[in-house]
Amino acid sequence: MIQVDGVTKRYKDKVAVDDLSFEVKSGQVTGFLGPNGSGKSTTMRMIMGLDSPDVGSARIHGRTYGRLPIPLREVGALLEAKAIHPGRSAYHHLWYLAQSNDIPKSRVDAVLDAVGLSDVANKRVGKFSLGMGQRLGIAAALLGDPGVLLFDEPINGLDPEGILWVRNLLKSLAAEGRTVFVSSHLMSEMALTADLLVVIGRGRLISTGTVSDFIAQSTSQFVRVRSSRSGDLARLLWAEGVQVTDEDDGSLSVSGMSATDIGELAGASAIVLHELSPQMASLEEAFMELTRDSVEFHGRSDSDRIAAGSPSHNSGK
Amino acid sequence: MTVAIAVPTEQAVPTEQTEGHLRILSLLRSEWLKLRTVRSTMWSLVAMVVISVGVAVIACVETARQWHTMTLASRLSFDPTSSSLAGLTFSLLVIGVLGTLVVSAEYGTGTIRSSLAAVPNRPLLLATKAAVFALVAFAVGEVLSFASFLIGQSLLTSPAPHAALSQPGVLRAVIGGGLMVGVIGLLALGLATIIRHTAGALTAFFGILLVLPAVISALPSSIGNPIEKFLPINITGTMTSVVHTNGGAPAFSPWTGFAIVCGYALVALVVGGVLMVRRDA
Repeated sequence: MIQVDGVTKRYKDKVAVDDLSFEVKSGQVTGFLGPNGSGKSTTMRMIMGLDSPDVGSARIHGRTYGRLPIPLREVGALLEAKAIHPGRSAYHHLWYLAQSNDIPKSRVDAVLDAVGLSDVANKRVGKFSLGMGQRLGIAAALLGDPGVLLFDEPINGLDPEGILWVRNLLKSLAAEGRTVFVSSHLMSEMALTADLLVVIGRGRLISTGTVSDFIAQSTSQFVRVRSSRSGDLARLLWAEGVQVTDEDDGSLSVSGMSATDIGELAGASAIVLHELSPQMASLEEAFMELTRDSVEFHGRSDSDRIAAGSPSHNSGK
Repeated sequence: MTVAIAVPTEQAVPTEQTEGHLRILSLLRSEWLKLRTVRSTMWSLVAMVVISVGVAVIACVETARQWHTMTLASRLSFDPTSSSLAGLTFSLLVIGVLGTLVVSAEYGTGTIRSSLAAVPNRPLLLATKAAVFALVAFAVGEVLSFASFLIGQSLLTSPAPHAALSQPGVLRAVIGGGLMVGVIGLLALGLATIIRHTAGALTAFFGILLVLPAVISALPSSIGNPIEKFLPINITGTMTSVVHTNGGAPAFSPWTGFAIVCGYALVALVVGGVLMVRRDA
């Protein structure tokens, strides 16, 4: 389990992470979602003990990273692609890490095989593609067979086959009961991979919960309607007290009435419909909606979903 | 206050805490593996051999050849030991580059974050890194010093005089020369821990070893003289010399000088260690 508790981190004048609190539990993939520069990597570095928080603490199984007795056996992390000496071979990179934590050499071969780099194990890392670098970083994370795993943007640089592989890997690691915390700025990816989300914007917690909750709580749903007689239809809908918006492409966006009812209403007046399609807000749209709100977060911090239960959010502003 | 992502699970697997601790011997072996698996290490050592032995060969062969044309004064001040160890001074520059890279390359490539994830105890990481590097640097220094001395002396043929390890001060000069290689390497490693960038750390190191002596020699002697005896390069010269000419005895005895340079290295390492703990990686 990872606990981030009231963490604030400033770099010079810029507040990178602002009173952030959340927990990541085992057995699920928890997505860490936020736009670029929202503080995801900083938060992960603080969990790993690489950067120290100005306020608050980040703990793993109740201990700060520095107090873990044999860290690689408890926590594995992919923090940056190719943050590896280019002159060293993949094998030697993993072996020196293994040796420092008394991890048997057989694990080096095992993880190289697991990520599909056995054939290039003795090649210098400088010759690796970004995708191969990511795979090596994932191998390093898996080295100590840890119960807690952090992945910062693991699919960067991977081809579609690699992306699918990472998705399945994350899910299977979680299914084994491990704590899996994976960051991304790609909302669609998180929809496919994560069970739960921690959403941040500008270093602050915006939302936590399941992926479906996250979509439901944000943008409203609507029905797109096209018709050669859209003016007549709009008047009918207005008469029903339904909200109708004329879109630039000639379609109508109708909210407050189901597609079925709209179809019945149009049929009763013999209006031919060219399109009648319920629109679900995508995770991207939901995310954009929420991060746009993070500007106004100040004024909304008491609303149930958004607030981290902590009015002190505002104190930093 | 914490917001739990509360979804009930029947978790079983690895949430328990591991026991035990990191073992020093494992950390030393890990650092040794790191040092020997990058090519810059081997290239640096080859360069040191070429420079150190090469200069010894040239200096000694030329002295032997020109002995009959040399003035009496230069014949009297000739120090066969320090002539054969002249190249060792240049190899200080190379060990400095290696000592710098051992740390700065980790920062430059981002490997430091992998290393710190494996060994979060930063003073311990620095200590094992410095210890392994020191072992290599001192060993290489001694081998080079003895090789340069023995090869150089064998080339100082009659009528030029040659030195023997049994003569007073000679064994000290040869062993001491090797020790200087090690401690100057550690000084560079300490500077790199403070500065973290390869270019900056090398500039600082070359500045102390090469530029500072030139600057001080340009100053009036009333200011320059009290300072220049503290320069690592001059202390190394005293250590590797047996015959002392211009002005008689040096400012410090060889071992006092060595202790002073050890002090520089220690200060650099301690400051580097403190900064390493304080700064974000």
